[in-house]
Amino acid sequence: MSIELLSANHAAATAAILAGDANRSAGGFGSGVYPITPQTECIELLCTHEFEKGEVVRVESEHSAMGVCIGFSLAGARSFTASASNGLAYMCENVFSAALYRLPIVMMAANRTLGPPWNIWVDHGDSLMLRDSGWIQFFCEDNQEVLDTTLLAFRLAEDPRILLPAMVNQDAFVLSHTMMQTDIPSQDQVDHFLPTLNLPHQIGDTPVTIGGLDFPHETEVHRRQHSEAMGRVMGVYAEIQKEFREIFGREPAGPVVPYRMEDAEISFVSMGTTGSTVRVLVDRAREKGIKAGGLRIRMFRPFPGEALKKALAKVKRVAVLDRNISLGLGGVTWSELKDWAPKGSLVQDYIIGLGGGDIRPEHLEKLLEDLCSLDAEVPPKIVEVG
Amino acid sequence: MTQEPLMGGMAQTSQDRCDPLLRPGNTNCGGCGMSIGLNMLSRAIGKRKVQIVIPACCGIVTAGPFPWSAYGAPVVASTFASAAAVATGLSRAATFHNRDTRVLCWAGDGGTYDIGMATLSAAAERNEDILYFCYDNEIYGNTGGQRSSATPVGARTTTTPKGKRENKKDILAIMAAHRIPYAATISLAHPEDCLRKMEIALDLKGFRFLHILAPCPTGWKSEPAEGVELVRASVRSGLFPVVEVMDGRHWKINIQPDFSFEDLKFYFEHQGRFRKGIFDVEGISSDIRRYWKELEAVVSSKASQ
Repeated sequence: MSIELLSANHAAATAAILAGDANRSAGGFGSGVYPITPQTECIELLCTHEFEKGEVVRVESEHSAMGVCIGFSLAGARSFTASASNGLAYMCENVFSAALYRLPIVMMAANRTLGPPWNIWVDHGDSLMLRDSGWIQFFCEDNQEVLDTTLLAFRLAEDPRILLPAMVNQDAFVLSHTMMQTDIPSQDQVDHFLPTLNLPHQIGDTPVTIGGLDFPHETEVHRRQHSEAMGRVMGVYAEIQKEFREIFGREPAGPVVPYRMEDAEISFVSMGTTGSTVRVLVDRAREKGIKAGGLRIRMFRPFPGEALKKALAKVKRVAVLDRNISLGLGGVTWSELKDWAPKGSLVQDYIIGLGGGDIRPEHLEKLLEDLCSLDAEVPPKIVEVG
Repeated sequence: MTQEPLMGGMAQTSQDRCDPLLRPGNTNCGGCGMSIGLNMLSRAIGKRKVQIVIPACCGIVTAGPFPWSAYGAPVVASTFASAAAVATGLSRAATFHNRDTRVLCWAGDGGTYDIGMATLSAAAERNEDILYFCYDNEIYGNTGGQRSSATPVGARTTTTPKGKRENKKDILAIMAAHRIPYAATISLAHPEDCLRKMEIALDLKGFRFLHILAPCPTGWKSEPAEGVELVRASVRSGLFPVVEVMDGRHWKINIQPDFSFEDLKFYFEHQGRFRKGIFDVEGISSDIRRYWKELEAVVSSKASQ
């Protein structure tokens, strides 16, 4: 164990390298990689490592990067890649394939605004585009969380009750290019936390066709099984959290991260690094006697509806901070969350920080005023922070 | 010196796989060139272990619905453009797992010439240890017969109802330009040459590319029983060159055509796709002459020796 200054890109790559080497006595590690701002440093670090058993293939596109990961994973290797923004859009077809093959591939996504026009800064629209792809999705708030979640993602994805790919999301530049003191576990600890991968449908010499044709009934059954696996994620995650604490000595956060929510009447819901800004807002509001609290959605798929329902049970007003926009609807988080808020509560959507707009506590203070002044919900508001 | 096909030695022997690569119950049409190709491959593979990646194409439909498989080998059905990428993962893993498995791709012309081109080119550039087959029926057969960049000039398809205006892409030259260890074309009317090439390719390391002209009675509007004769006519007339290229530099002509105009006419007249529309046999004949002049210059050049 050592503490080093790491960017979130290097934190993700460090976790992937540790996880890859932890599978050395089984199927090893395989990765297909392709550069895109702002995740490139992640795959660059991956390319410097000599795996005891494993390879990193430098391919010609994101579509092939995931294709190569699919091949590695089908052959029983632990697999990882990273992408962002238009790279994820280009990879999209194989992102769905990875989930439909039920392969426990882990991907780090440095969330970046989709173009054109080209914008390299943070926006969650890229990964949320893939919310229906059958991947587990985490959104992280700091670099330690990126490292820890990458390890957790492998463990969760590879659990025989789950067997689904997992995406670890982090905010472009705010985390990807920002260094932070990060606790790096030892190889021995990771070896204990991550059992070797034993993929039940690994390709061998038996003549079977993996991913061939399905008639409607088979597809119905396959989707139901996939959905049931998603349904088991919360329970398995709770088990893994405990084991993680026992081995690494720190508790990874749950699917929903509350801040001063015990007696809160007003709640600000966010994802990613906006959660840190919300904490500043909550503290300032509390100083003024306003009973505010923060909720950060850390796991977006499967959606932690029950946890949100519980956390929001006594809340009267909810502001959802969406760093994304589903054009023609509003914020994605808001649209998914509103039905879990208590009846009679006011749930207002604020679309804020699109294209990397810097969300500051002052902006949130204005939103708090706005939220308190509302008589009823109004259509999603796009807040320009510039 | 026209080398006629010899059927000797093609009977079932103890060398053959007891579980054929293409099993009964597959859904291929009668007279499908791909079926002949797979049967030849089955024989060439013999007792070797293989894993096959098949992208979207008739070749993956023929496997039949889950959980059955009409293939006597493990198969991964990949997305359309991903065959060479998925095969890269399988092949690299087989290497560091010390498994004696050959990884094959079996793709149509759409998955090779068009949508899979970048993936294929990149895998060839990396010289991945993959044997890539393109069974080329010169059409998007699975979707009912649309033009691809492998469709020859003049052929009518559902998206070129008046005949295709552009020439077929020269896939062998493209692959040879990657300087891969082995690239060759295969005539299904010349089984000995076909088997020899498949066996060479199976046992070489690095990226190998085999191009098979695969008659498609449904798309070509031809008689199912005439498929092999059509291939023979295209080889004799020089329309389909049967060649091999070692390391992308050493070219060799395997079957010398006699440039028979009768065979060329037979080839076009026995396929409904060439009837009507913009079609010029004389023009094609002179194109063939020019192609062979260039090819012979490459073959006899010092660089090719």
